[in-house]
Amino acid sequence: MTALTVQAEAEVAKWNMPVGVTEISREVHGLHMLIFWVVVAIGVGVFAAFFYSIWAHRRSRNPKPATFHESTTVEIVWTVLPFVILIAMAIPATGTLIKIEDSSDAEMSIKVTGYQWMWGYEYVGEDYSFYSRLDRDSDRARQVGSGIDPSSVDNYLLEVDNRLVVPTDTKIRFLLTSNDVIHAWWVPALGMKRDAIPGFINEMWARIDEPGVYRGQCAELCGRDHGFMPVVVEAVPPAEFEAWLAGKRGDEGSDTAASEPVQVAEADTGTATATDATEVAAADADADADADAEAEAPADDAASAELELAALMETGEKVYKTNCVACHQASGKGMPPAFPSLIGSAVVTGDPTTQIEQVLNGKNAMPPFGHLSDEQIAAVVTYTRNSWDNDSGVVQPADVAALRQ
Amino acid sequence: MRWVMTTNHKDLGTLYLVWAFTMFFVGGLMSLVIRGELFEPGLQFVDPEFFNQMTTMHALIMIFGGVMPAFTGLANWMVPMMVGCSDLALPRVNNWGFWILPFAFGMLLSTLFMDGGAPASGWTMYPPLVLQTGEAFPFLIFSIHLMGISSITGAINVVVTILNMRAPGMTLLKMPLFVWTWLITAYLLIAVMPVLAGAVTMLLTDRYFGTSFFTASGGGDPVMFQHIFWFFGHPEVYILILPAFGIVSTIIPTFARKTLFGYASMVYATAAIAFLSFIVWAHHMFTVGMPLAGELFFMFSTMLIAVPTGVKVFNWIATMWRGSMTFETPMLFALGFVFLFTIGGFSGLMLAIAPADFQYHDTYFVVAHFHYVLVPGAVFAILGAIYYWIPKWTGVMYNEKLGQFHFWWSAIWINVLFFPQHFLGLAGMPRRIPDYAVQFTDFNVISSIGAFAFFIGQFVFIWNMIQCMRGVGEPAPARPWEGAHGLEWTVPSPAPYHTFEEPPVVDDKEVAAHA
Ligand code: HEM
Ligand SMILES: [Cu+2]
Repeated sequence: MTALTVQAEAEVAKWNMPVGVTEISREVHGLHMLIFWVVVAIGVGVFAAFFYSIWAHRRSRNPKPATFHESTTVEIVWTVLPFVILIAMAIPATGTLIKIEDSSDAEMSIKVTGYQWMWGYEYVGEDYSFYSRLDRDSDRARQVGSGIDPSSVDNYLLEVDNRLVVPTDTKIRFLLTSNDVIHAWWVPALGMKRDAIPGFINEMWARIDEPGVYRGQCAELCGRDHGFMPVVVEAVPPAEFEAWLAGKRGDEGSDTAASEPVQVAEADTGTATATDATEVAAADADADADADAEAEAPADDAASAELELAALMETGEKVYKTNCVACHQASGKGMPPAFPSLIGSAVVTGDPTTQIEQVLNGKNAMPPFGHLSDEQIAAVVTYTRNSWDNDSGVVQPADVAALRQ
Repeated sequence: MRWVMTTNHKDLGTLYLVWAFTMFFVGGLMSLVIRGELFEPGLQFVDPEFFNQMTTMHALIMIFGGVMPAFTGLANWMVPMMVGCSDLALPRVNNWGFWILPFAFGMLLSTLFMDGGAPASGWTMYPPLVLQTGEAFPFLIFSIHLMGISSITGAINVVVTILNMRAPGMTLLKMPLFVWTWLITAYLLIAVMPVLAGAVTMLLTDRYFGTSFFTASGGGDPVMFQHIFWFFGHPEVYILILPAFGIVSTIIPTFARKTLFGYASMVYATAAIAFLSFIVWAHHMFTVGMPLAGELFFMFSTMLIAVPTGVKVFNWIATMWRGSMTFETPMLFALGFVFLFTIGGFSGLMLAIAPADFQYHDTYFVVAHFHYVLVPGAVFAILGAIYYWIPKWTGVMYNEKLGQFHFWWSAIWINVLFFPQHFLGLAGMPRRIPDYAVQFTDFNVISSIGAFAFFIGQFVFIWNMIQCMRGVGEPAPARPWEGAHGLEWTVPSPAPYHTFEEPPVVDDKEVAAHA
């Protein structure tokens, strides 16, 4: 977002819950500190009695034990007193809870969809949506034995390829759902997390009052790459947001496809490093760059033209293991009826177009994989068509490129 | 053959305990894989999928293979001796109940070698994720069925024994608290294990027989599984702690040389906790998007649990108060329990506050909470109980120096291990992730060091116990602890293979209510 003013990142908390940038998060933080101090006060009292007793009532100091073993008064006191303390804590907690659940009068809505393993964002009624996944540098560094030092990667595991850009000072309603398993959408600075559940639409809201970049992660075990689906929210003043959104929509005009070219371009500049970031930044910057990128994508693919079966199979296996194995299994047998077997399946043995389209766009419970590069998709399609007992020919990146849009 | 066919409660008690410690060891090794991978950021040793398998298997093995059988082992040994009868009511069922376990866990562990690996969905087994398990799936379900059957047989045995076989004069309100807490635990088990069995069976039919209890595309509801699971799961967490309450209520009076303070309120508090445990389940799922009224109900009821739990802690401290305490190993573990379990209770109270739980949920803060109640809680109580009763079981005293060393070593490292996890959770580290952002490094390093050190220290305990079992050590008198009361101390050490074939005469000096 070089074209936009990027403000200071939210302060990183180390010992305590961060205060956050919404009214709710400040209230939640206040509640957290309130209970914390109540607990500390009770703890000091209880543990003082405990350690005093250990010290003063040890046998060498107090050889003759007392004989009392009951006191109705005392027992009533220490039943009633905690009640009173609890009620004192319940009152503010109830107030905050009521506020959290009141998402009326929202000024805009964003639909958040969890996928294994990325987030889909849609600006409801704005005709613009995109996917957001772990950024390339983190992704490379996090591979087993990558040899890359995580601390050399900026915001290791907490950066995405496409950030969710939102306006400040606006009541935003988030509609959460999922396309496969349960995920949870969580940005600590917003003071809330909520589950994204297939077949359901959950709700939460936030009004962010400081521009900045706020980071979080998926917080519900969702399979192999659960630890690798960060959430990055970039809050900008409303005017800037409007300009950004108009720019994003302006040239492409239509939904999902709009973001795709950017991602293809990024995926294909696979060797770009921090110093070589111009291209990525440009692709991200505004609508003009999007257009460039679109023009560029096929060119890149042309360069990688005809890939051999062996090369495709090798890449394909890797792509399969990361993206497909959870449902279709390493054996390709899937888990019918939910996840069909790929062995001898009509889609996998038939016209490659059908299969490429299904991988690109998804079908029923299968998520779309349009965010993968042409080469990756060609490789994985080739892999499934030539593994196990299948033998159905090679698919080239160019075939995939031709079917995008 | 004696050990295979035995129906003797003492033999089976020993088998259960040996089994539990084998499982603690296996589950412990898995936790070392987890802590090893989390030692520094980046993936060093294991694939993320295998990491998830480790967290899942670690939890299942520790809960169902470790803590629960250990408590059952203690019940086997002690319940008949405490209520003055010769054996459990259903000895043959007891034998079966034990021997189911190796099959259940053999099946569960064999999944590690299957296509697709072991289950990787967390011990909570939420669908739809759990339905993505590979060939391990039916093995997971059946092993859980077997564990459930084993627990239920054990529980029925305890209930029938306690209700029908007490020695004359041992009225309910004279029973030792360990017996009381086990009676209540047994009822919890009987009530909720079938619920778990039902839930996992529904998973099974969803996967293989085309039902859609939990699949949204067929009209099912994935959240319904969570409600059913936690209707089992919350009472389950009390199954994992109530017998520990009983143990601590036995040990503290002995070494304080003073009668337990508030015997009756201890019994009522235990019953109250058990009752409340059935109505608070959804506090594990505040983030699933319940209606406001539901969230308020579960928040208030959860907060209420702190009251009877508090009563227990206050009563233990009042028992110590103006006593004449000595600090042999069982007492050290009991005091360690009171102190550290209370910390776990405090974080539990924080978690109960729903708006704050939206932040804490599924982070390391929760991991720290439940490990404080489970390790220095349940496990410390089990260790204390073993030190306390081993002279009665083997006829020799354990090595006190090693026992004290074992306590201090464990108490120090368990805090190094789990305390920093509170900070990690508050700072935003989700649980069940194999790799983390670099700002979480410091506390993870400390935590991992604590884990390895804690683990190594347990060999001191194993060595000490093996010595006792081999009969090496000072011979133990019938009542090795000066302040101990209870029928078990009226028989010689080691306890004869058959005790109380003639019901004993219950002397008021030996009962908990007013010894
Ligand atoms: C004062 C008493 C207690 C209170 C108020 C309390 C409260 C809670 C709450 C609200 C949660 C859910 C946190 C979340 O997932 O966001 C939780 C989790 C948990 N608690 Fe407690 N708790 C208490 C005592 C115990 C005890 C005695 C045990 C077991 C020995 C226990 C074991 C657990 C476990 C295992 C979990 C995590 C389950 C999972 O998600 O895997 N708690 N507790
Ligand atoms: Cu997720």
